[in-house]
Amino acid sequence: MGKPDLFAYDFMINAFIAGGIVAVMAAIVGFFLVMREQTFAGHALSHIGFAGATGSVLLGASPMSGMILITLCGGATIGALGEKVSGRDVAIGMVLSIALGFGILFLHFYTAYATQINTLLFGNILGVSYSMLWTLASLAIISLTLLSIVSRPLIFVSLQPELAEAKGVSSKFMGIIFLTIVAFATSGCIQIVGVLFVFTLMIGPAAAAQQISTRLLSGISLAVLFALSETWGGLALSYLTNWPSSFWIATLSGSVYLISLTTKYFLNHK
Amino acid sequence: MDVISFNDVNITLSKRPILSRLSFDIKENRFIGLLGPNGSGKTTLFKTILGLVTPDTGTVSIFGLPAKKGNPIIGYIPQFRTTAYNLRLCGWDYIASAVNGHKFGLPLINAITHQEIAHFINLVQATNLAHRPLSSLSGGERQRLLLAQALIGKPSLLLLDEPLTNLDPGNQQSMISLIREIQQELGITVLLSAHELNPLLPVMDEVLYLGHGQAVLGQVNEVINSAILSKLYGSKIEVVQVNNQIFVMSENINIEHNAHQHGEA
Ligand SMILES: Nc1ncnc2c1ncn2[C@@H]1O[C@H](COP(=O)(O)OP(=O)(O)OP(=O)(O)O)[C@@H](O)[C@H]1O
Ligand SMILES: [Mg+2]
Repeated sequence: MGKPDLFAYDFMINAFIAGGIVAVMAAIVGFFLVMREQTFAGHALSHIGFAGATGSVLLGASPMSGMILITLCGGATIGALGEKVSGRDVAIGMVLSIALGFGILFLHFYTAYATQINTLLFGNILGVSYSMLWTLASLAIISLTLLSIVSRPLIFVSLQPELAEAKGVSSKFMGIIFLTIVAFATSGCIQIVGVLFVFTLMIGPAAAAQQISTRLLSGISLAVLFALSETWGGLALSYLTNWPSSFWIATLSGSVYLISLTTKYFLNHK
Repeated sequence: MDVISFNDVNITLSKRPILSRLSFDIKENRFIGLLGPNGSGKTTLFKTILGLVTPDTGTVSIFGLPAKKGNPIIGYIPQFRTTAYNLRLCGWDYIASAVNGHKFGLPLINAITHQEIAHFINLVQATNLAHRPLSSLSGGERQRLLLAQALIGKPSLLLLDEPLTNLDPGNQQSMISLIREIQQELGITVLLSAHELNPLLPVMDEVLYLGHGQAVLGQVNEVINSAILSKLYGSKIEVVQVNNQIFVMSENINIEHNAHQHGEA
């Protein structure tokens, strides 16, 4: 006697919808993060989000609201520092550590919450409520709408900053707008895969797509395809094995990236 | 009408005087070589023409209108390009990203623009390169793609800031003749900065030489002589001509050769 059908439970259906929404958003936003070589900033934002989530719970608000608020501030700040700040990787790394530190401190003061630390760090796709679906959908709509409005100048300034500047595109302004978009996407990802796994959803599929495709639009489509199959595949595997979904999503994401590297190798050497 | 007209222009950056009392007019349909040692203000001059640097005094007119940011009449290849050349994005998409790049919206390209891009890629003989990833192209190949990009939008003035650096002599030659051909075919004006004079000799209509904050525009023999260059360098300069090659010497050291090596360092 096997398990009941994959879609027999509401929470499973919710998980698939939530995973789908976040996968599409993360893949598209992540594509730009990889193209701009700002993956580390994305990584840092998720850790800043952790501090925001625990802090806002301490104040009696929902973790999501604190997370969105603080990643927005963090994104705008990193963007405003600009690309020219030397040693920005170190600067971002320091901010990241401090944020994690505060996250732990807030948890310390609110011990009752400690059981939910798992959710924040490792995600809880199976616990997505109906109202959370709406929150995730709003996050996706906001970030993707903003992104489609700024995508052309953003691509221009990412690929050719000097020329774009000469044509009147401000790279700093674009940097700030873009990282606020990343902030929305990060908050959504944290809900699905957790702070520690944001990389797998946001960077993995996009990086794999950019190994294989040399075109912009097909690259973005490929990233979405990868993210969707990794998320839904991870969910299905998690259902079959009873192992955590984040484990499966991370494993699939890593495997797809590995396969893309070998594919690129053969494309180059055929 | 003059393509570029500088009238008693003074430029200071961070309180340092960079260019002073520049006055010159560049006529239509010319290939102008912009020469001068490191730090003489070539890039600053380009930025002034582009409206990115505002003079303290004096006027800069481009086709009779004041210089302004984002001028569609000007095509530009910047000197420093911190582009992600390790990207696997193909040359075509890289070039296309600049089309209307200053406007909000999705990066979609209509059929007419598509044809225009294809046309200019073909003009710089890069049709076979455009579909290869940027990371796999050589410096000279990328340079040709950038030239195609600068031509999109049919500018009447091309500003090329040191497009020859990092090219070997053979590639420098073919790049220069390509630019000259295009300049004449399209009837546009080209201002090209370089550290070496000799590769430009066969194609230049005029030379604009910068030094000590000053600029002199004229025919090669009017500008590249001991009297003018000694003034621009502020030291005794000798000009030696051998086999259609010109050597600019200061105390028996070839200035350009040193400047070039310096530029590559
Ligand atoms: N933003 C700035 N603030 C202060 N000084 C500047 C600035 N930009 C350039 N300069 C100075 O202006 C002078 C001219 O610089 P510019 O880059 O125009 O020279 P260049 O002729 O293009 O040199 P190169 O051949 O090395 O490219 C230099 O002395 C430089 O230090
Ligand atoms: Mg320069």
